[in-house]
Amino acid sequence: MSIYVDIKKSLGRFSLDVQVEAENEILGLLGASGCGKSMTLKCIAGIVKPDYGKIVVNDRVLFDSEKKINLTPQERKTGYLFQNYALFPHMTVEENIAVGIRRPKSEQEKIVKEKIATFYLDGLEKRYPGQISGGQQQRVALARIFASEPDIIMLDEPFSALDNHLKWQMELETMKVLENYKGTILFVSHSRDEVYRLCDRTAVISDGKLEVVCDKKEMFNSPKTLAASRLTGCKNHSRAEKIGDYKLRAIDWNCTLTSSIQVPDDIKHVGIRAHYLEVCSNPDETNQLNCEIERVIEDTFSMIIIVRNQSQTGIGSEIVWQVEKNQWQDLNSRQQNLLLRIPENKLLFLN
Amino acid sequence: MDLAPLFISLKTALLATVITFFFGLYGARYVMKLERYQGIIDGIFTLPLVLPPTVVGFFLLIILGKNSLVGKFLLQFDFSIVFSWEATVVASTVVAFPLMYRTARGAFEQIDHNLISAARTLGMSEEKIFWRIILPLSWSGVAAGTVLAFARALGEFGATIMLAGNIPGKTQTMATAIYSAVQAGDRETAYVWAGVIIIISFVIMILMNYWSNAQKKVNTAGWVK
Repeated sequence: MSIYVDIKKSLGRFSLDVQVEAENEILGLLGASGCGKSMTLKCIAGIVKPDYGKIVVNDRVLFDSEKKINLTPQERKTGYLFQNYALFPHMTVEENIAVGIRRPKSEQEKIVKEKIATFYLDGLEKRYPGQISGGQQQRVALARIFASEPDIIMLDEPFSALDNHLKWQMELETMKVLENYKGTILFVSHSRDEVYRLCDRTAVISDGKLEVVCDKKEMFNSPKTLAASRLTGCKNHSRAEKIGDYKLRAIDWNCTLTSSIQVPDDIKHVGIRAHYLEVCSNPDETNQLNCEIERVIEDTFSMIIIVRNQSQTGIGSEIVWQVEKNQWQDLNSRQQNLLLRIPENKLLFLN
Repeated sequence: MDLAPLFISLKTALLATVITFFFGLYGARYVMKLERYQGIIDGIFTLPLVLPPTVVGFFLLIILGKNSLVGKFLLQFDFSIVFSWEATVVASTVVAFPLMYRTARGAFEQIDHNLISAARTLGMSEEKIFWRIILPLSWSGVAAGTVLAFARALGEFGATIMLAGNIPGKTQTMATAIYSAVQAGDRETAYVWAGVIIIISFVIMILMNYWSNAQKKVNTAGWVK
């Protein structure tokens, strides 16, 4: 099974422009809120109509603006897990599951029983959605989707409304039921951690545009764009200019940096992850920053130090340094200044 | 005392409510689905609510009178709407319709849109979605609309007197009977009918509140809207 999407839609000032293909895999769509992730899923499901483009699932054309094909949501057979699960509050668990079955009545009871068992819902058949827990609600919603035998499954921020400890448990449960699914799953989220844990490949959507699709490891180790870098959790970015094969100028940080690999010609930004910064012991080393400490924040398991290259002011010039608590204690840093180093092999080149 | 106005009123209001119930639901569904001219159609459907009932009655006379297309058609069956009992039903239905239509539409629009989208992606037909999702979820709003429509139909005066007249025993409802009684100086009769209308309307409203409270309790026990 596979999916091919190439759509454009403009909505006032916002415009959506997405091209993506997926095989039998879990493809993560990572993006900040309001970037158009959910809109993309809604276009695929037929809830929202794109202006131009084409959507094909398993060789079945769902939408083609040129050939004027626009199947109804009913005909598209897509499974859509809404953020709030969208269970019908006036129907019991088993009624909710039965509603989407596209087979003759005689088979319905059997399918409902089977889904109740697969999704660990035994004993809850006669309950209403309001009477069961959030985790159980999500399993009912998934059971209902599977009962309708969709060609593709789309998960729209399924964990974002949950508490942290519950989130983790739900993720494990969801993985367990999705493991056996052979088709394509599109997983939309703004959390890099969820995407990293659940998906095989990742696409980044920023401001309505789909930027890159690549293997998740590649994405996290060497993001290619500023948006991708931000979404993978890199906190420090500066505008950058190439000034030599291995040298670049970081404009916002007001410093010249040396890289261990060649600087690409089209570099626009440079990034460094907060925990890669080092304390500089030898004053002769390269990529030094003589920093002024702005703020010290104690996080759960580490210290977050906000610094600024001396002589540099203005928003955007702060650098975030994440350091182990005991290392920070060892530094015994009462001092106002700090000599930090940006390792040459840890720079991210972004365009 | 002649009880005919009571029975004519109740018969008229009940029948008008039944008709208005289905037209109102259908109208609300139709307008919500419109992609264009929604405002205009909505305006037309709501007009009887804001127009003086005499204006509604006047137009009904023109549309249904003997010289109109409808009137001529009905004459072939030897039937004329004007000044018939059926005219009281037509007048009440038209005047009560906007209340049913507006309340139903308001209730439909309250429903979480994701529920409808979910139902569509699950393959439920539009017809099934309407009867099994939209209607049950907006039931209290629809019920409120029905009660309001009934109360309005029961008290209808202006359009009724224009189209159906005020013929004792045939088209005279409680509302028009009060008018006749006052004109004839028969205060006692006017008091009686006024009292009956007040009591019926009041009882309906109380039952309605009681019912909606009971419904809320069921909801918190079963499902939360």
